[in-house]
Amino acid sequence: MSFRHTLAGRLMADPMAVVALIIITALVAIAVFADVISPHDHTAMNLADRFAPPSSTYWLGTDNLGRDTFSRLAQGSRIALYVALTAVTISGLIGLVLGMIAGFGPRWLDNLLLFIFDTLRAYPTIILALALAALMPRGLSTVIIVVVITSFAEYGRVVRTQTLSLKNAEFILAERAMGASFGRIVFHHVLPNVLGPFFILAAMNLPVVITIEAGMSFLGIGVPPGTPSWGATLKDGFDYIRNTPWIIIAGGLPLILVTLGFTFLGEALRDQLDPKLRKSR
Amino acid sequence: MTDTLNVDGLTVHYATREGALQALRDVALDVPPGQIVGIVGESGCGKSTLINALLQLMPENARIASGAIRLEGEDLIGARARRLRDLRGRDIAVVFQDPMTSLNPVLTIGRQMHDIQYREKRSTAEKRRMAAEMLGRVGLPDPAAKLDAYPHELSGGQRQRVAIAMAVLMRPRLLIADEPTTALDATLEVQIIELLKELQQEIGCAILFISHHLGVIAELCDRVVVMYAGEAVEEGPVADVFQRPGHPYTAKLIECDPGRMKTRVAQLPSIPGDLPDLTDPPAGCIFRDRCDRAAERCRTRPDRVALRGAHWALCHFAAEVSA
Repeated sequence: MSFRHTLAGRLMADPMAVVALIIITALVAIAVFADVISPHDHTAMNLADRFAPPSSTYWLGTDNLGRDTFSRLAQGSRIALYVALTAVTISGLIGLVLGMIAGFGPRWLDNLLLFIFDTLRAYPTIILALALAALMPRGLSTVIIVVVITSFAEYGRVVRTQTLSLKNAEFILAERAMGASFGRIVFHHVLPNVLGPFFILAAMNLPVVITIEAGMSFLGIGVPPGTPSWGATLKDGFDYIRNTPWIIIAGGLPLILVTLGFTFLGEALRDQLDPKLRKSR
Repeated sequence: MTDTLNVDGLTVHYATREGALQALRDVALDVPPGQIVGIVGESGCGKSTLINALLQLMPENARIASGAIRLEGEDLIGARARRLRDLRGRDIAVVFQDPMTSLNPVLTIGRQMHDIQYREKRSTAEKRRMAAEMLGRVGLPDPAAKLDAYPHELSGGQRQRVAIAMAVLMRPRLLIADEPTTALDATLEVQIIELLKELQQEIGCAILFISHHLGVIAELCDRVVVMYAGEAVEEGPVADVFQRPGHPYTAKLIECDPGRMKTRVAQLPSIPGDLPDLTDPPAGCIFRDRCDRAAERCRTRPDRVALRGAHWALCHFAAEVSA
């Protein structure tokens, strides 16, 4: 099998995937090397340079306390990635397990889980976030809990639907007729067929989680004050949008890019991971 | 010598909203070792239910009301799940109708054929070699390369060959072929039939061949069982059944076979009427409502009427029909 036939090789042939990978690589690199590439200490206040416009000293200008916006955004990428990866992993795993239990389990269990999924999905994220934020301390773990509670149901539903249709697929009957055990059917034949749509959904959900975190921080119920979250930068910029618009513009750019990047990746993955949609080569 | 497969008085019900659907009623059939037995019947006659029952892979709402299924004398209905799993794939194997849907789309051919050998204590390289050898045996070009192919990269005919290779990989004693050529075109059909014949000779297995194509049955099988609405209505050597059918349904079926048409007809013949409602099957002969010969005595259930040779039919008038 040559390189262009592997998943990575086929992704490289897709311009959308290349753009996505460039953006995501840049994001990860910035997050990893945030301390090295930041021209200033992101917490250092330089009151003499408040509201400085973009310049060679302050690449994206400074905020109302004279902190360097670029340095804060670079630090913010760590928060964004941390929240997104943790929340998507936890909610994805919960959804995967519950979805497969619903798909394989008896009818009453399926109905019960479906009821839970639908109830949670019907609940607006931001209302739940406000309610939970009132009950729990401000911080990233609260953000992650809110995201997990509101999004695992979506994975659960997708996995359940996939499992149900696979359970009755002819090749599953064929495998059972070949003497495959239940565990083998679940982990060897159903799971790999479920993972394609699952990863696509996860990739599509990463930017949603980042946006929820930014949104909660913007509303003041996310990260504690002073934390360089992208949402906090947006909030700072929003307060001074009339006179110093570059703060909110700079705060919004990474959100837009990251959302585009992960969405492109999700769509490129969908094109490649679904063997039936795959173009002939 | 014990038959490879022996089905006796098998009755299977499905629980439905309308009550118990009697999908199979008192079905009996024997598959002697090394023989190819055909089952012929229209859609809805219980062929699929029979296969599922033979594999003991029944839907949740199915219930075996009575009867016995024996594989070389071993009762399958009472067998433990563990024992059944051992038998499936090793002693009984199935080739399904539609090769487009009977292979797992996300695993390579080699992976799937490797997995089938999970009971064998062979190295992975050895298992791959066995798989490639069998792919070559069923006539796939470049078998070693095909091991790394995904099912969607193969054509329908190639996939059916792969499915056959998988089924015979463990040299089963009984191979069940569920309309394996229905989804293929006529040229391929002949090739697949030839292949099954050759493999049967080599492996020495018995084959239960299910089809609604009379020509294929006549070509391939030693014996044939005719099924109608969940009952086996006639059984016998292929030549006898097709030349001197003892059941009016068989006779009609043969008349309706497009392969027998000598002249062009405006409309292909069919058997008037519909299948009876299986939640409430009529007492007496099951074919009565569609039969030309139906008479008063058909209101009682006919017994098997023995005809010349090992040939019987479930009809009061079998001797006259066959004459």
